[in-house]
Amino acid sequence: MAGPRNISVSEASRPVLPRHAKLKYDETRKVWVILAPERVLAPDEIAVEVLQLCDGQRNVGEIADRLAAKYAAPREAILADVIVMLQDLAEKGFLTEAREKTP
Amino acid sequence: MSDVLGIPTIPPDASDSLAVLEKQRSTAETFGIPLAVLLEITHRCPLQCPYCSNPVELDRAGKELTTDEWKKVLSELAEIGVLQVHFSGGEPTARKDLVELVKHASDVGLYTNLITSAVLLTRERLSDLADAGLCHVQISFQGVEEGLADRVAGYRNGHRKKLEVAKWTRELDLPLTVNAVMHRQNLHQLPDIIQMAVDLDADRLEVANVQYYGWALKNRAALMPTVAQLDECTEIVEEARERLKGRLTIDYVVPDYYALRPKKCMGGWGRQFFNISPAGKVLPCHAAESITGLEFESVRSNHSIAWIWQNSDAFNRYRGTGWMKEPCKSCEFREIDFGGCRCQAFALTGDAANTDPACALSPLHETIFKQAEREAEGETNRFLYRNFAGGTLESENGT
Repeated sequence: MAGPRNISVSEASRPVLPRHAKLKYDETRKVWVILAPERVLAPDEIAVEVLQLCDGQRNVGEIADRLAAKYAAPREAILADVIVMLQDLAEKGFLTEAREKTP
Repeated sequence: MSDVLGIPTIPPDASDSLAVLEKQRSTAETFGIPLAVLLEITHRCPLQCPYCSNPVELDRAGKELTTDEWKKVLSELAEIGVLQVHFSGGEPTARKDLVELVKHASDVGLYTNLITSAVLLTRERLSDLADAGLCHVQISFQGVEEGLADRVAGYRNGHRKKLEVAKWTRELDLPLTVNAVMHRQNLHQLPDIIQMAVDLDADRLEVANVQYYGWALKNRAALMPTVAQLDECTEIVEEARERLKGRLTIDYVVPDYYALRPKKCMGGWGRQFFNISPAGKVLPCHAAESITGLEFESVRSNHSIAWIWQNSDAFNRYRGTGWMKEPCKSCEFREIDFGGCRCQAFALTGDAANTDPACALSPLHETIFKQAEREAEGETNRFLYRNFAGGTLESENGT
């Protein structure tokens, strides 16, 4: 079955794009896009960077750690921004959470 | 426009939902390749819906592109920058090679949508499609219970089958869109249709009011809703959108007869959309062949698809604003709606370059509005079913 819907993104979430949302670099237009049912979204640079880290393994806290180190920015501020962004994406149905695999 | 992550995305109305990722630009500039292309891989269909959107002249099976020809088309589309394809028809599952085509589309990096009536699908075939990389399934529904739904489709036990396939779709972890085509005879079921979409665990619901050209125009008297029905429909959709936020996305297509402004059909002719017909013609919209006097180029010609999009006469004929006559020509909305729908203008006025009569500025608007109102109040409920036999009139007792 599908990953859970209506997820609530927190520091401990391990977000991942669902199978039907594909992050892809569009060579023709030179932009990153998220392909979804009847939708094409154009995430900005920061969003792309966050989404590339959403592999279903790392949790949101670890993603914030990475970005804080990379940009030498306050972790708390980054964490808050990342959660807002991911929650927004989740509410539109383009983000899910990794769960334990059931055979 | 700003949506996820401060991103320019999807306008709410369905006709624009795959707008080219373009900034505001002058119509004189070149037109980018569309993000999504509709592939009508066959006109064959077991259903006989009275509002069928396929052209009145259907392509016969013998004229359809072969598997290899479609594969070549898919590769070419991916190469020139198309990101998504919709496998549609007719009924796309009527083609035996659908799994092979979806597989090829996935292999060349295209995002694949299936737009289906679902009645020919088995669970095994749907599972094969998922394995081939299918990304999304859209199933059309004609109503909420089998009596009316099967009558509209002219196909027995279709509704039951659709419910079953919708369930399999979610079991296979594929996102589901429920497409509900609405008209006078089923608008009263709209609240239940919305609930049905929720119960089926759909991600998206398209509430699409019938558009009246092609075959649907023949059935206008049996399908045209009243103004009161439409107002109620809009209220129901707005309430449901609010209530189901984050749970179900609802795209809403209103019929334009009762509007004051016409729809920006296809986002403007040749601006952000094309489709390919079963026989391989590259068309500015799926109804474009209803406009007589236009020659459409085929993928079987020696021109590339990109060349046809950019240079062919049919695409350039109504592109931008240069072709317009009054009242469009000097209208302040000319780049907002591009004069509405060319197919509707042709169907109702005999000249595709006229203002779409859906526009209040069209000299014909008043007459057509009045006629639609009369038809909506009328007693004509019998359908003229759509089929390769040239149409069948519904019997008096509704069979």
